[in-house]
Amino acid sequence: MVSGQDPIVELRNIVKRFGSVEALSGVSMAVRKGEVLGLLGDNGAGKSTLIKTLAGVYAPDQGEVIVKGEVRRPWTPAAARDAGVETVFQDRALAPQHSIVTNIFMGREITNAVGLLQVKKQIDEANRLMREIGFTSKVFNPESTVGTLSGGERQGVAIARALNNEADVIVLDEPTTALSLTETQKVFRFVEAVKASGRTVVFIGHNIYHVWDVADRFFVIDRGKEAFEGAKSAFAGAEHLIEMMHQLAETGRADTTTLLEETLEPPE
Amino acid sequence: MTDAANPESVADRRGGQSGWNRFYRKNGRALNAFLALVLVWSVFAVNNPVLFLNPLYYNAFLFSVPATIFLTTSLVFVIVSGELDLAFPSVVGAAGGVFMYSVVLGVPVIPAFLLTLAFGALIGVGIGLIVVYGRISSLVATLGLNFFILGIVNLLAQGRTISAPHAMDSFGYTLFVGKWQLFDTTLRIPNHFVWSLAWVVFCYVLFKYHRFGIRVQLVGDNTDSAREMGINIERIRVSVFIVSGIAAAITGALLVQMANMVWFPTSGKAYLLIALAALFVGGTPTWGGVGTIFGAFFGAMTVTLIPSGAVGAGFAGYWTDFIFGLVIILTMIAHRFSGARVR
Repeated sequence: MVSGQDPIVELRNIVKRFGSVEALSGVSMAVRKGEVLGLLGDNGAGKSTLIKTLAGVYAPDQGEVIVKGEVRRPWTPAAARDAGVETVFQDRALAPQHSIVTNIFMGREITNAVGLLQVKKQIDEANRLMREIGFTSKVFNPESTVGTLSGGERQGVAIARALNNEADVIVLDEPTTALSLTETQKVFRFVEAVKASGRTVVFIGHNIYHVWDVADRFFVIDRGKEAFEGAKSAFAGAEHLIEMMHQLAETGRADTTTLLEETLEPPE
Repeated sequence: MTDAANPESVADRRGGQSGWNRFYRKNGRALNAFLALVLVWSVFAVNNPVLFLNPLYYNAFLFSVPATIFLTTSLVFVIVSGELDLAFPSVVGAAGGVFMYSVVLGVPVIPAFLLTLAFGALIGVGIGLIVVYGRISSLVATLGLNFFILGIVNLLAQGRTISAPHAMDSFGYTLFVGKWQLFDTTLRIPNHFVWSLAWVVFCYVLFKYHRFGIRVQLVGDNTDSAREMGINIERIRVSVFIVSGIAAAITGALLVQMANMVWFPTSGKAYLLIALAALFVGGTPTWGGVGTIFGAFFGAMTVTLIPSGAVGAGFAGYWTDFIFGLVIILTMIAHRFSGARVR
């Protein structure tokens, strides 16, 4: 089903066990350059394990991670970042009592030779990153405290920080969980902006409507295995995708013959 | 996590406020600490204006306040990182001993002082390693270590106090604790007060504008986040105990010199509650993540002023503890207004 486009990141036959439990039993997933890939699956399907493997947090027991055509080994969080894969985890890893700019540069401060912060440079850079994803407002600026921001805005801080590392692939782990409708819309706008900048996004969610709205392609896993995948054009609509996921939950497999033929032109 | 704006965020979002307002929002805790100092002083001064407007009164104040300043400002790093250090009083005593024995053995004052600093840093490393890698709560670990270190010092010293009056003629002694007259007033500024001011500025820059200080704050604010973003949590946590150890060593060496080159093994004991009270009066909250160096400086001044000031203002000596407690509680309430914890 992989089209002519080369994948930017590829997980190949990933197996991950925790003791006697096999969380992933040979999953292969390709992320194509410039797309928004929606990763779906029920609770316990292995979404989380797959994402942590993609982020380098878990080393796979078998299989390999290929970034830009190169097999990466060892695959650690630092290696993932160096390869341009940034993950925004569910907890967003923010320091709420500190400013947006401090959070954006957490662990990667811009300093001079003796370690003193280059405050102005950081603020300018934070402004640039925030503008890039449309994360701007009259009511806050880079020096506002993160704890005073709403949930969607906090996601914006985490995404802006991810961009800071020249990332090619941004992985968003359930970015809209527990957000209201307007806040979710904000996050979608950030995702659109990240995509418009030519980067690739992997969007994980369990609200299928949320994922439907932002993704170009869907990858569904179930019980540690790939269930099916398809471009947005392969589905008649969100209901079609939901119907297939219901089928999957009830019978253990979805009827992929209902998938439509994918239109070849890149989505949107 | 709710999306509804809490009152804090409403305050934060109101654009176009005056510069003063913004300044207060950013520095409220340090300013409250400053106001507390001014208020305490005013109450004393109104009761006895003759004494409190006489520069002579402040000679003793400037002489004794630096010890608390050194200890309190260094504790900011420890508390902000989310740890607690109760072992510094014993390090003060031990470091004073190291300084004293070095001088007695013929080491000149300045090299002896540097040696003491190295000793303080080393003890800091030791305490930090025990807390961080022993995975013991720093409250319990440092409480135990305080007794342990003091115990070792007492065993070695066998209750003796040691003196080295010959060193009082040295250049180093004058450099550290010599006094000079401020213009033609009766105010004589002790050098160690000047050193303590330099230390405050150093700590301020380190805390606010250096990568180290920022990381200390981030570790205290959200340890898991800091770790996920690649900050070496363990190194930061050990380092704050090094800062505390160095400050305790400076204090130990200064106390010996302030006492005309006499060392008491228990010289740090009195500072345990004083320095912690100064820290909290100074506006550093107990929960970690944020703190203020200048606030700690004002807090140190306030708690040093209270005992002698209360007597000077005409309160009977019995009032001292009462006033002390009152000031601590009132400033804690004032700090509540300048910002509850945001999550």
